[in-house]
Amino acid sequence: MSAAALFLAVFLACAVEAVEALTIVLAAGTARDWRSAITGVVAGMGVLAVVVAVLGPALSAIPLDGLRLFVGALLLVFGLQWLRKAILRASGHKAIHDETVAFAAVLADARQAETRRRWAVTDWYAFTLAFKGVVLEGLEVAFIALTFGSNQHNIPLAAMAAVAAALAVTAVGLAVRAPLARVPENSIKFVVGVMLTAFGLFWSAEGAGAHWPGQDAALLVIIPAIAIYALVLVAVFRRPTTAAGQNITPGRASA
Amino acid sequence: MIARFRAFAGFWYAFVIGDDWRVAVGVAVALALTVALSATTHLPAWWIVVGAVAALLPLSIRRAIRPKP
Repeated sequence: MSAAALFLAVFLACAVEAVEALTIVLAAGTARDWRSAITGVVAGMGVLAVVVAVLGPALSAIPLDGLRLFVGALLLVFGLQWLRKAILRASGHKAIHDETVAFAAVLADARQAETRRRWAVTDWYAFTLAFKGVVLEGLEVAFIALTFGSNQHNIPLAAMAAVAAALAVTAVGLAVRAPLARVPENSIKFVVGVMLTAFGLFWSAEGAGAHWPGQDAALLVIIPAIAIYALVLVAVFRRPTTAAGQNITPGRASA
Repeated sequence: MIARFRAFAGFWYAFVIGDDWRVAVGVAVALALTVALSATTHLPAWWIVVGAVAALLPLSIRRAIRPKP
């Protein structure tokens, strides 16, 4: 895989998670206390930096075949989760992620919580809300960056892509001071799901001892094939709608 | 202490395995078959995981959208 594809995959995954983290941090800062929220962001970034610093060299030490089998399998399971959710959203069985709605919900919860001081943090609720938002969304990014980077022996490039996406989203967020509702988040998640599944499939099969026809060039077939297959599944499972465009079939895909 | 350990394990289970554990099991079985076929024969084995993904994804989606009994 070229460095550009590695950069793009990690950048897109990171951008979409950063948009979600930004919504939570904005809500914590707006409804509660900016200083505590920013402290939470810094603490969360510190935890993520430790995770990457510990796991990065550990993954790099695993022999390539073992790494590709283990990490490829994890990436494939992880990618199938993303793709499954993306297909459920696109086919109308799961609510489309809307940052404006998410922002309003977090804001409402944040306004009701009590203010409590703890250690040097003025508002513990704002701190923990921002900290959890950054760590939980960031862990997925760290996982993707580490798995892609270690397989390509280029963790620094994957880390650069992740940092670039986080900085870009933060800069735009600071400029508009509102959740980034215009980012086509659901489409990006679909693309990332396809890429994670494709690379997980390729690496895990290679790690298990299989030889792909055309070797690395097989990815040029696998990626579009998975994208087309996912679009076919969206069409097959599309939820029937009424004339007014409302979904009518009950489902349980609320996770 | 046990509650914290369960919460920690639960977080990682939800993070890696997600909503449908059958997908993870299916992937593991497919990779085990790939290892076995690659190690014992010279037959191509790449198609096993491809077939598994092609089957697991629609089955998992079908389970997710099936109305509750």
